[in-house]
Amino acid sequence: MIAEVGAFALILALAVSVAQAALSAVARVRRSPVLAAAGEASALVAFLGVLVAFAALMHAFVTSDFSVANVAANSHSDKPLLYRVAGTWGSHEGSMLLWCLALTGYGAAAALVGRSLPAGLRALTISTQGVLGVVFLAYTVFASNPLARLSPAPVEGRSLNPLLQDPALAFHPPFLYAGYVGMSVVFSLGIAALIEGRVDAAWARWVRPWTLAAWSMLTVGITLGAFWAYYELGWGGWWFWDPVENASFMPWLVAAALLHSAIVTEKRGALPGWTVFLALASFSFSMLGAFLVRSGVLTSVHAFAVDPTRGVLLLMILGLSAGAGFGLFAWRAPSLAQGGVFAPISRESALVLNNILLAAATATVLLGTLFPLIREAATGEAISVGPPYFNLTFTPLMTALLILLPAGPLLAWKRGDARGAVQRLWAAALIAVAAGLLTLFLVSPKHAWGVAGVALGAWLIVGALAEILERVRAFRAPAAESLRRLTGLPRGAWGMTLAHLGLGVFVLGAVFETSWKVEAAETLPLGGALDAGAYHVVLQDIQAVQGPNYEAERAQLAVTRNGRPICAPSPERRFYPAGGQTTSEVGICYQGMSHVYVVLGERRAGQDGPVWLVRAYWNPWATLIFIGPTIMALGGLVSLSDRRLRLGIGRRKEQPA
Amino acid sequence: MRLRAALALLAAVFCMAAASDPAERLPDPAQEARAREIFKDVRCLVCQNESIDDSDAELAQDLRKLVREQVAAGRSESQIKQYLTDRYGEFVLLTPAFSAGNLALWLVPFLIVLAGAALLFARLRNRTPDAELSEDEAERLRRLADGETH
Repeated sequence: MIAEVGAFALILALAVSVAQAALSAVARVRRSPVLAAAGEASALVAFLGVLVAFAALMHAFVTSDFSVANVAANSHSDKPLLYRVAGTWGSHEGSMLLWCLALTGYGAAAALVGRSLPAGLRALTISTQGVLGVVFLAYTVFASNPLARLSPAPVEGRSLNPLLQDPALAFHPPFLYAGYVGMSVVFSLGIAALIEGRVDAAWARWVRPWTLAAWSMLTVGITLGAFWAYYELGWGGWWFWDPVENASFMPWLVAAALLHSAIVTEKRGALPGWTVFLALASFSFSMLGAFLVRSGVLTSVHAFAVDPTRGVLLLMILGLSAGAGFGLFAWRAPSLAQGGVFAPISRESALVLNNILLAAATATVLLGTLFPLIREAATGEAISVGPPYFNLTFTPLMTALLILLPAGPLLAWKRGDARGAVQRLWAAALIAVAAGLLTLFLVSPKHAWGVAGVALGAWLIVGALAEILERVRAFRAPAAESLRRLTGLPRGAWGMTLAHLGLGVFVLGAVFETSWKVEAAETLPLGGALDAGAYHVVLQDIQAVQGPNYEAERAQLAVTRNGRPICAPSPERRFYPAGGQTTSEVGICYQGMSHVYVVLGERRAGQDGPVWLVRAYWNPWATLIFIGPTIMALGGLVSLSDRRLRLGIGRRKEQPA
Repeated sequence: MRLRAALALLAAVFCMAAASDPAERLPDPAQEARAREIFKDVRCLVCQNESIDDSDAELAQDLRKLVREQVAAGRSESQIKQYLTDRYGEFVLLTPAFSAGNLALWLVPFLIVLAGAALLFARLRNRTPDAELSEDEAERLRRLADGETH
């Protein structure tokens, strides 16, 4: 019964989305506030409809109602509650419903907080958002109904992939989708601006908070995914340049570019065409991601809910939406005003450089992901594009960007002072070089790229702090004056500093972990030991463990350093009889920012009794890899809370200078 | 494409830096390190986008054995990679060759940088920045300024 209510609510949401698209469009043509209000109300109702459907599906998962086909295929009554809840979005159908929930949710939010937007732009935005809602809801209702019944209902479900039964992964999709789909509002705003033929500072100011929110969510989502890969897949890797990872990384890069270009459009009225282009591109890349992950055109370690037939439908949705958007762009963009002029050395130029490099970096990820498909389709020759390609293309582009980064915020608008920026950064440069030299002398083995990377990370962190010091005129004005300026800094400034600082923290962690990680593996009998760097790992005991829906072997290990006990990790090797899979629960000892990472492998027959394959890693500074992006996302949220963005245009109060 | 995906599902691999398995290791640590470097660039052909350094699949074990034997026999990295591509095609290497067919793959990102720089340069040359704000700009600035211009 509840499933039927949900299915009905979903169909209702589809119908209301049609009304939302039509009413808002007509409201724009007739300039009718009444119709516009009806369109906005429809956006709210559509969201409520999808919410009811989503709640119904979650109810079916929580109560293990196996008469719902999706639950029977993806759940099991033995599964812990958290994973039954997470099962709601663990399948193709459920994840598309989550997508629709986010899409209509953002539409409703735009309708609620969009009062300060000019009426025409607002109506067109709500209408475009409605069209997107219609497309994706129609797909969900007609091609991927998550609430379809199964008759006869099976007694037991087929379970969720045990690798996915993990807290980080349970919350990974909601953040990811909040990010992906958040770009839909930006897309709709872009379409609306193109139809109106006006891309101005007010529009750019409106684009920024949505992009910030979506980008921050996407950052959290990707980081959770990387963290999951790190401790669940069991070989200490966190990024593999896998097509599915790339699919989420491309919208992130484009959104990062958009965040920066929107500043130029907001502050200086320049680059309007490019900013709109990025606004359209960001959601197009999100849709591309949704298609790539589900269609099965790519082989990936974690391709998910693959279904080629529905893949074609998703490709059509992508082609039509992005095609219509970029077609409109090609038609209307030439008529957009050029905007303010600027000198070669200026904040504008710096932000344009940022965008060129981010665009090129996005192109490497896109090519690396799709080129093998294109080449195979065109010539029939199969090639592989793996991590070495990205290390040779993406990494140099990003390195160039990161070297230039600290200078950008120190340049003035219109015409910057290169010498001034250099003067303000020489201290940061010295500290960075010192950090590199320190690494060179203190850390062995010697590793040239590692040393350069540490210097780069330090350069970013100190550069971000130098910018704040410059703003408050530290050491140049009296301390009280600096303190007053510090407390008066807008949150947007803090957000930027945090984001750039977080990037530096990430670079430090990534460089340290990849350059100086130590790996050891041995087959050990009980009482046997192996060494990973300075750490001595002893296999003390193996126990059989019975979990709620798995059987496991659990190892008791003792880790010591120079004879001093450090910790006692207990990694497991689990077997899930429902799906016949084996997974590994890693044991991690946190040593400050570094990890001793222990994995229990298979049992083998040794000369005197059984032996176990044990792998131990020393992953120095690995925590920074995940803290860095968290700081970046926090920066996005702090910036989002800036009063400039919270208050509508025209409703700002005069601030004392 | 589809066949490969199906094979990968059949293999149903659970991967964890399989190459470090002591049972497979070469006695000479220098040779073993060289073999490990090569593994990272060799695709496990039946897996879903994994190198043979990571994969536990049987084929990956066979390929590792093959590479280790060749390393032990003193063949160079390029000789071994040539041997692998002759046997399995370009698909087996994770670094795409810098060849005519892959030109776009390698060059487009850098062409984008060049094109972007050229556009920026043209935009900068087209109009020399004026020292004073135009009346229109001054008015816009008044409307936009909110204490802080960053």
